[in-house]
Amino acid sequence: MRTQIRPARQPRAARITGIGGYRPSRVIPNSEIVERIDSSDEWIRTRSGIESRRWATDDETVISMSLGAAGKAIAHAGVHPDQIGCVIVSTVTHLYQTPSAAAEIAYKLGTDRAAAFDISAACAGFCYGLSLASDMVQTGTAEHVLVIGVERLSDLTDPTDRSTAFLFADGAGAVVVGPADDAEGAGIGPVVWGSDGESLGHIHQRENWYDALHSPDGPRMPHLVMQGNPVFRWASYEMPKVAQQALEAAGITVDDLDLFVPHQANMRITDAMARQLKLPDHVAIARDIAQQGNSSAASIPLAIERMLESGEARSGDLALVIGFGAGLVYAAQVIRIP
Amino acid sequence: MASTEEIRTGLAEIVNEITGVPAGDVQLDKSFTDDLDIDSLSMVEVVVAAEEKFGVKIPDEEVKNLATVGDAVSYIEKAGS
Repeated sequence: MRTQIRPARQPRAARITGIGGYRPSRVIPNSEIVERIDSSDEWIRTRSGIESRRWATDDETVISMSLGAAGKAIAHAGVHPDQIGCVIVSTVTHLYQTPSAAAEIAYKLGTDRAAAFDISAACAGFCYGLSLASDMVQTGTAEHVLVIGVERLSDLTDPTDRSTAFLFADGAGAVVVGPADDAEGAGIGPVVWGSDGESLGHIHQRENWYDALHSPDGPRMPHLVMQGNPVFRWASYEMPKVAQQALEAAGITVDDLDLFVPHQANMRITDAMARQLKLPDHVAIARDIAQQGNSSAASIPLAIERMLESGEARSGDLALVIGFGAGLVYAAQVIRIP
Repeated sequence: MASTEEIRTGLAEIVNEITGVPAGDVQLDKSFTDDLDIDSLSMVEVVVAAEEKFGVKIPDEEVKNLATVGDAVSYIEKAGS
């Protein structure tokens, strides 16, 4: 008889137990952007809904912003850092190939040698990380998992690029995922996710680091570029189908929802998605982008935090979250607000 | 197959629904950007709705060639024939 190994524990339900955000201190109004892209405040507002965005100072690093958001999420969850079994960081702007931001953050938070790694799923990164965390808690791989979405997109933004200069922003958002008391307490629905690599070129880093550093014109940052119209079309018409599947996977309908929190890509995308989903009037829609800009992996937790602070969201509410971005990649879940 | 006028009327309804521009203003000689003040994102929404309504495909690279309502109507006529 073959020697058997003990399997992972029986699945249990997972939920989000705490949430926190860090908004960098520089508030950049449209008036500071317009000159270099020959645009106007009105043009930016009507195309994106953005009134101002947050950019980080030199001192507000990927690590420091993450520590700020994570500290709040851990306190909200009511756990001690040494109870965190894994740290997952989603970012595309930690400008070190190695070591990971997660390992440094796990150490600086005072975890007890938590497992730690970064993931690359661009603007879908928060929902990707949440899915991994949910699975880890359900199978007992970790008791409490910290998920952080953090970006300093301003580092990779071309200030003269009319399609992105007014969009991209910086910030960090974090959640703690832990076990629910019982199946009824489940707080994270099944993920619906995927990729569409055929559209690789829709949003991408213009060149790799080697080419950027060896450019004949001298070293330069490899900026992010985007084809606005195809991305708008994909996000506004394909992503609502994914969101609908996430509702079905969780066994609910739009009528059961309290909140809709899509990645804060562009207010026009949010509006188009809400129309496609035929959201009832009672569903509050996240519109954090107006003051925050598009902060990629950080945008969903930051938007939820704002809705909690303003009273639009309450603990126990059901929210549909969906992230989508460069890859193209996407992920959606239904979650219960902690 | 729908006539030119039927396509224009159908397109005018779509433009009105998406942008609020009065359907009567959506005439063949009108430019989407200059006369009707439709921005590129609204144009994407108009195109997607037109594809559904008329059962045609309008690829992204084709959209920038559709400057006037007449351009769009003839493209839909040809694509649907």
